[in-house]
Amino acid sequence: MSEDTGIWTYAITEDGHLSGPDGEVDLSWVTGVGEAKVRIITCSGLTALVSDVSLAEFGEGALRENLENLDWLDEVAREHHYVIDAAARLFPLLPVRLATVYSGDAAVCAALAEHNGQLFDALGRVGGRVEWGVKAYPAQEPEAAPESGKPESDKAGPAPPAGNLAGGGAGEDAGPGGGAGLAYLKRRRAQLTAARETKATAVNAAQAVHADLTAKATDTRLYPAQSAQLSGVRQPMLLNAAYLLDPGDSVTFTAAVAGLATAHRELRIELTGPWPPYSFAGDDDGH
Amino acid sequence: MMTDTDLAGTGYPAERVSLVDLLDRVLARGVVVTGEITLSIAEVDLVVISLRALLTSVSALVGTEPEGE
Repeated sequence: MSEDTGIWTYAITEDGHLSGPDGEVDLSWVTGVGEAKVRIITCSGLTALVSDVSLAEFGEGALRENLENLDWLDEVAREHHYVIDAAARLFPLLPVRLATVYSGDAAVCAALAEHNGQLFDALGRVGGRVEWGVKAYPAQEPEAAPESGKPESDKAGPAPPAGNLAGGGAGEDAGPGGGAGLAYLKRRRAQLTAARETKATAVNAAQAVHADLTAKATDTRLYPAQSAQLSGVRQPMLLNAAYLLDPGDSVTFTAAVAGLATAHRELRIELTGPWPPYSFAGDDDGH
Repeated sequence: MMTDTDLAGTGYPAERVSLVDLLDRVLARGVVVTGEITLSIAEVDLVVISLRALLTSVSALVGTEPEGE
């Protein structure tokens, strides 16, 4: 192994999964990060899917820098995913977290030996299963300022009448101006209350959807709401969850999601998958 | 940017997964197999990664969203 080469790891599977009655699984057509050929390293009854990477790009210092470059991250994440996704269609596996780079084949073997029990356990738990992602947002555009209870934040609301609203003098300023001001204030309060209620309804609905889907899944993970900057969605994300399923249950699960989307018009529900079981390969806390 | 399909559509996700869904999974999840590795992503501050990466280049990705508020 050359000094300037590292071993990028994609997934781990049981040794026995790569050969069966139909012969050996052929991975020679799969290319990974940096378009390198994917190969396997087998030790301690486990097989790691790996490829060689240049430490100039994937060594510790370079990785730290490159991970902060979104274009680089986008490309590498997709290459990593491509290998895992292709292999997961052929045999049960554990996806390995992005940017796990070893110094050489011997280091991979040492890690497989060190974590042997944990890896076999995890393979038994999630190997061969799939995950579906479900995200939920409020169905309608948020009100102009649903969060702020301040009546004067009326940028997008109807234009206030000429009377002084903010000063609190509207009531005593008897006359048509004051009456209109009070009416506006009431209307605005009603709008804000309605917006809050709409939001609370959507939050409750998202929780109900999650409870319903959790009951149908083998396991569940909740993700934090995604960054609106990255997703491009301005509405607040109310649910970002992953559900682990036997592949044979995908049809009924996705039908259930569609049914929930129809039943909960107050939500916009998005479904992604089937994914390799990324969200369930590690421990509960993601490690 | 948003490539996964709304349920009003076909009910099946588009071929190209959205980056944000992918990063949820490959950065924060996946089995961690420590050993003689050059860098464990668990050791890197994920918040720093996502924020810096986002702030530097996401505006170009998402497009011309007006910066309100």
